[in-house]
Amino acid sequence: MSNIAKAFAGGKAFIPFITCGDPDLATTAAAVRAMAANGADLIELGIPFSDPTAEGPVIQGANIRALKAGTTTDKVFDFVREVRRDVTIPMVFMTYANVVFSYGAEKFISTCAEIGIDGLILPDLPYEEKDEFLPICRKYGVDLISMIAPTSENRIAMIAKEAEGFLYIVSSLGVTGTRSEIKTDLASIVKVVRENTKTPCAIGFGISTPEQATTMAGIADGAIVGSAIIKLLEQYGTDAPEHIGAYVKSMKDAIRA
Amino acid sequence: MTNPNGRFGIHGGQYIPETLMNAVIELEEAYNHYKDDPEFNRELTELLNEYAGRPSRLYYAKKMTEDLGGAKVYLKREDLNHTGAHKINNVLGQALLAKKMGKTRLIAETGAGQHGVATATAAALLGMECVVFMGEEDIKRQALNVYRMRLLGAEVIPVTSGTGTLKDAVSEAMREWTGRISDTHYCLGSVMGPHPFPTIVRDFQAVISKEIKEQMLEKEGRLPDAVIACVGGGSNAIGSFYNFIEDKSVRLIGCEAAGRGIDTFETAATINTGRLGIFHGMKSYFCQDEYGQIAPVYSISAGLDYPGIGPEHAWLHDIGRAEYVAITDDEAVNAFEYLARTEGIIPAIESAHAVAHAIKLAPTMDKDKIIVITISGRGDKDCAAIARYRGEDLHE
Repeated sequence: MSNIAKAFAGGKAFIPFITCGDPDLATTAAAVRAMAANGADLIELGIPFSDPTAEGPVIQGANIRALKAGTTTDKVFDFVREVRRDVTIPMVFMTYANVVFSYGAEKFISTCAEIGIDGLILPDLPYEEKDEFLPICRKYGVDLISMIAPTSENRIAMIAKEAEGFLYIVSSLGVTGTRSEIKTDLASIVKVVRENTKTPCAIGFGISTPEQATTMAGIADGAIVGSAIIKLLEQYGTDAPEHIGAYVKSMKDAIRA
Repeated sequence: MTNPNGRFGIHGGQYIPETLMNAVIELEEAYNHYKDDPEFNRELTELLNEYAGRPSRLYYAKKMTEDLGGAKVYLKREDLNHTGAHKINNVLGQALLAKKMGKTRLIAETGAGQHGVATATAAALLGMECVVFMGEEDIKRQALNVYRMRLLGAEVIPVTSGTGTLKDAVSEAMREWTGRISDTHYCLGSVMGPHPFPTIVRDFQAVISKEIKEQMLEKEGRLPDAVIACVGGGSNAIGSFYNFIEDKSVRLIGCEAAGRGIDTFETAATINTGRLGIFHGMKSYFCQDEYGQIAPVYSISAGLDYPGIGPEHAWLHDIGRAEYVAITDDEAVNAFEYLARTEGIIPAIESAHAVAHAIKLAPTMDKDKIIVITISGRGDKDCAAIARYRGEDLHE
């Protein structure tokens, strides 16, 4: 069983996202520990990018703040080494293709394996381009996470068949950000996914409330939340970790109720 | 020139969110169908000729030639097209294609505003809705074009993220397209972005080099020795180069914006200062830092102020078929004024980068040699900014 599979082994998974270095890496470290202590099953760590084209205003803001604070890929690696001393749940990186490519794909991915990063989510690397990094990910045992969107339709089976780690199902059209309502027929998408793979799937984009998380985790194997957590960082800054911990607990309690 | 996966050598590709994949696949299928459809081509040719005013003139710049004392200089007058730039060639093609695909809404990014104006124009003509994304910095320096777009019925959305320039306008248009695909076509303005855009835009702009070739053979009975065009994303340049790529005797020269110089951080010269990367849907050269963060580039020209270059140019550079030189703000402004005084033609500040290189190159060539400069657009939009550059404040 891959380390990521363990996140889904005990029931519905709650997957929080955080941008590393917003407002600084010490706060991110405290937030990651608070998430793990309060029931997060897997954590998505965002490496900031100057031009995050798949993000809405909230996560764009986190990327800008993190870069302004001097966050670099090397500093994120050091931060992961440090939190990995006591955080044992699976962790994956979420970033953009150029961050990996520019660092040197082999150097980046081998470092992921060395520091205990279990997977890689790259929203600008669709199925057609995954060979850019897949052979190297396989070589080092890092899962390259595939995404499925509301527009994927005839592509769902093809993507699901080759999925590794978990499948990231994008709940809605558009970029990341909280939404009052999610209208996509996700049950139909998940049905096709289940027919084609045993890899677990989690739904993300637009989820912020315990009710939404419960609904989404009911359809799939887990729920992913990003912007709602970044909003807590916007609001509380370096004091955010305790609020994030309480929020993660409320979400986890809701989906496992 | 494109292989099936939209690659030019190692460049190009489709590095975009899954949400957009079926949209670009649908676009490619529609384009492959219509590009050889006689009815589509008849309609497009009629629009280009009757509405946009093609073919554009190939003008012998006699005074400039005599003044420089070297090669004969011809100007390809894309500035004389309707809406004042080469951008209309691509936009009429894409808008017609979008209409055939059943789309009712066009979205576009714009830097200098020329592509935005062209898109707003095509939308007005074909009865489509139009939304243009423009960086707030560019809105300040291109106020006239903002007004023109609104006059034509388009909504202009200021982009405040990042550096508030062309790259941010592209990012925002991509984000908008991810959110609304079924009725919307993203009318990309340059030979960049994910496949099939670099190929589609190049094909619609290739009319420039097709005409240069015909006109040159008619006027001089031979091919030119050099074709010079400015390069941001590179659409007028690829349009000017394309039909000469196989004619190895023709030097192809792209002029990048060096801004305050390629040895400074205030530059947009991608080939001269960038390195290989993946951004805005394509693999190509980009101005970026050691961690792959895209650089906040600078040029006096809003249309060349972009940190990347189209994948076909990156490939032409790799194989040594085209040369890419860097032209500073100062050189471009001098050329802007030079062409106005010498030939009575006010070029766009973008095109002035190409003029600036010709001013250096022509005197080094024999009098029996021929240079063609593509004047990609007219310079009315730039007058206030150039006056400001010279310390004069105009009230428009």
